[in-house]
Amino acid sequence: MIQILVNVSRFTLILFFAIYTFDCFAAFRNRISEERQEYLYHKQTILMYLFLINANAVLLFCSQDTRVIALLACEIIYFIVTMIVFKNFYPNSSKSLVNNMCMLLSISFVILTRLDMDKAIRQFVLAVAALVISCLIPLFIQKVKFWDKLKYFYAVVGILGLAVVCVAGSTSYGAKLNISIGSFSLQPSEFIKILFVFYIASMLFEATDQKTLLITSGVALLHVLILVASRDLGSAGIFFITYLCMIYVATRRFLYLLGGIACMFLGLVSAYFVMSHVHTRVIAWLNPLAYADNEGYQVTQSLFAIGTGGWFGSGLYQGMPTKIPVVTKDFVFSAISEELGGVFALCLILVCISCFLMFLNIAMQIRDPFYKLIALGLGVVYGIQVFLTLGGVTKFIPSTGVTLPLVSYGGSSLISTMILFAIIQGLYVRKSEEVTKNETKKRRRVR
Amino acid sequence: MRRKNEEEYDDFDVMDLNGRFYHRKDRKNDSEGSSKTKSKSKKKKGKRSDSVEKTAKKSTNREFAVITYGFFAAFICLAAYFCYFLAFQSEDFINSSYNPRVAALSDTVIRGDIKTSDGVVVATSSVDSQGNETRSYPYNELYAHAIGYNYNGMSGVELDANFYLLRSHAFILERIKNSIQGEKNQGDTVVTTIDSSLQKAAYNAMGDYDGAVIALDPSTGKILCMVSKPDFDPNTLEANWSAISSEDDAVLVNRATQGLYPPGSTFKILTALEYLQEGNSTDNTFQCDGEYSNNGYTIHCYKGEKHGNETFTEAFSESCNVAFSQIGLSLNIDSYSALANQLLFNQSLPTKLSNVKNSSFTLNSSSPSALVMQTAIGQGETLVTPLHMAMIASAVANDGVLMEPYDIDSIENKDGTQVKSYSGKEYGSILTEEEAAELQSLMRSVVTDGTGSKLQSDAYTAYGKTGTAEYSSDENSAHSWFVGYAESGDKKIAIAVIMEGAGSGSAHAVPTAKSVFDTYFSESK
Repeated sequence: MIQILVNVSRFTLILFFAIYTFDCFAAFRNRISEERQEYLYHKQTILMYLFLINANAVLLFCSQDTRVIALLACEIIYFIVTMIVFKNFYPNSSKSLVNNMCMLLSISFVILTRLDMDKAIRQFVLAVAALVISCLIPLFIQKVKFWDKLKYFYAVVGILGLAVVCVAGSTSYGAKLNISIGSFSLQPSEFIKILFVFYIASMLFEATDQKTLLITSGVALLHVLILVASRDLGSAGIFFITYLCMIYVATRRFLYLLGGIACMFLGLVSAYFVMSHVHTRVIAWLNPLAYADNEGYQVTQSLFAIGTGGWFGSGLYQGMPTKIPVVTKDFVFSAISEELGGVFALCLILVCISCFLMFLNIAMQIRDPFYKLIALGLGVVYGIQVFLTLGGVTKFIPSTGVTLPLVSYGGSSLISTMILFAIIQGLYVRKSEEVTKNETKKRRRVR
Repeated sequence: MRRKNEEEYDDFDVMDLNGRFYHRKDRKNDSEGSSKTKSKSKKKKGKRSDSVEKTAKKSTNREFAVITYGFFAAFICLAAYFCYFLAFQSEDFINSSYNPRVAALSDTVIRGDIKTSDGVVVATSSVDSQGNETRSYPYNELYAHAIGYNYNGMSGVELDANFYLLRSHAFILERIKNSIQGEKNQGDTVVTTIDSSLQKAAYNAMGDYDGAVIALDPSTGKILCMVSKPDFDPNTLEANWSAISSEDDAVLVNRATQGLYPPGSTFKILTALEYLQEGNSTDNTFQCDGEYSNNGYTIHCYKGEKHGNETFTEAFSESCNVAFSQIGLSLNIDSYSALANQLLFNQSLPTKLSNVKNSSFTLNSSSPSALVMQTAIGQGETLVTPLHMAMIASAVANDGVLMEPYDIDSIENKDGTQVKSYSGKEYGSILTEEEAAELQSLMRSVVTDGTGSKLQSDAYTAYGKTGTAEYSSDENSAHSWFVGYAESGDKKIAIAVIMEGAGSGSAHAVPTAKSVFDTYFSESK
């Protein structure tokens, strides 16, 4: 009986998520009626609950753990509350983003429950905390008027935070990422990413003369260098590319983007020859099977999982995702692909793309240059992080040890991503309001 | 998917993703109003330059478009790569012996059978009343290396097809029934490219000598037979593992793919090709007095034979060491070495077989002349696997085009319905057609007028090169080699035979090859 449930669910779960993903893009279409969009978003919500209930039914029967029922009930309440919160605290918020956020979280809960019940519960508690924080963010954005004045404050906090990790951080998988405070482990770079975007935006939104550019670049480079010294190359990449994109948009000079990318390649090539851990990552990437015992162990285990799962997956509890190292964090995508299927994983990639497109679209619509740059920077942070982690676990690029936003286990990553989503939603609200307020405001200032 | 040009992109911007009616209206008002406010905002943001301000909205969106499209393209590449991986690359990973998942499949699947291309079952699993599975090999040692064993790391087809053997494509209702009743499904049957009669012929012809025989179909790359001796009985391998694995003569090593041997005179195929490529004619003559000295190093012909005055073709067919060591000294070593690399020395061979060693050719322009002379006649530091020599012969037979060797022909479910079949994969031309033609006529002369004359037959036309590879200072201890092919109409077979310590190639390896050829061409076409 359980076998039949598992096997039928293999296909129904994919079906729910595939329709959800299709609707994501269907709602993006030009000239689509309001009613139709509303309908699609409603349908998405229903599909998400269907997915959650179906997956948890399988989890319950396979694990025989009654906590699954309680957790499912909490999760459903959580999502209902989230949707209400965003409707009320963020009037006119993008329903597409809220849906995607909830969908990604529900996938996260399902796969974490499968992998490790205790971690799933912990993640849920953190998600509740993140929700509370994200309720406060629109307040901060709308009531606090001096975000664009804090320039050096962002830089100092960011650099100090990263420096503390570099000096006192605990080492995991060769990189210093965390500071342990009691039983808590904090990954500051996840939050400093957001400060970093604020810093660059506050520096560049009004002036892009040479002096400002030099100072900004110097401080940005310092961030990156500290991360390189902590051997956290994934974050270093996120910071650097975010910096490049923001400089490019602020100055409108394509040459900066090209030059920056060239510098990055030079840096990577020299890192390959100078830094042994970069070297091992690259050789493990080029021929993982030849180094399956040590250097390539992580990525081969990940590819075994993805490959053996195939297009339709093995079904929940039918695979061996726990054989993959750090499966709940960096390699959560491999576990999803193994048990829920390659088609499901592909849809997950598409949903992440749709989030990214939505972010950039919001950024484009904002008029205020400061907030415009912020929305762009945060969108890029999200995009590059998704790309690095998915590329790493599928052997598209060498693995960099970055988490998948909203899906991977980890408090810092979850909370910072929720904040990121909330800020962009907050800006979206601002944007909707600013259109109406703008003219009166401007007149007032000119006087 | 969403490929939009820039115009549409602006449209995308205007499109209200959150869909409230008044947004769009507001926007209209705003665009009307913006011309009014523009002059005012210019004063307010004095730091910005004029031109920037004018083009503000439009060109800002261009930067956004660049970034969006850049990321979008990267993501699409990622998704496409992911699909490519699942569709084409994943089998290499699934099948890896490091993958713990495949072993777990044996909990629900009875390991499938392995058959030869002519339908002989050479490995099968039986389940007793307690549900214990036993793997048995009806032909004992005969297929020991070709089919391999399913124990301790596995080998041969058992290793390469491990995943297929543990996958069941039995009728779906039967599988559902089994899963409800908690019974195992019957795994799929793997059909190899090995031909049972050729395998037997090669095995018997080898006699008690150690060594290897491997035969390929040049037009497809199918491995038709693969024998390596010494061998073992896979049925009792598990019980005797410690004794067998610790034996001195490396019983578990498949010499056809892993044995590295000096090529002896079979390497004159390469030397001759290089000589002709450098513009020399097959009519050039040499004088052989049984030995040749240069720089204090002397090369002898086999058993001190004197070939007298001979043409290049005669020197090749009679395998004259004196002529070939002189030829070696005349060659451009860099180009000689490039030819060896072109013929796949010093690199992994293009085949999906596991446990294949790389051949090596180390001569370079600073090598001493004695080493050049040795290398030209196949001694020196050069080492080859029999598989590699068979691949070279197969490329010669196939007018220069090399097909990648493979030994899994198809997968069937337990009822014999084909699930998947494999066809030959072309590696590319490792020889030009002219080069192949030159070697064909030289290798033919070995059979018509030289050391391979035992291969003359009415049933087929044989080509080849014998070799006698010395492996120690003792003149009488030499490996017996034959590398070549035979054809009759469209039917072809390429072969490499090595018999360790047997002596001259023409006396031992040639009859073994003949026995395989005879069997192959006596079968119904």
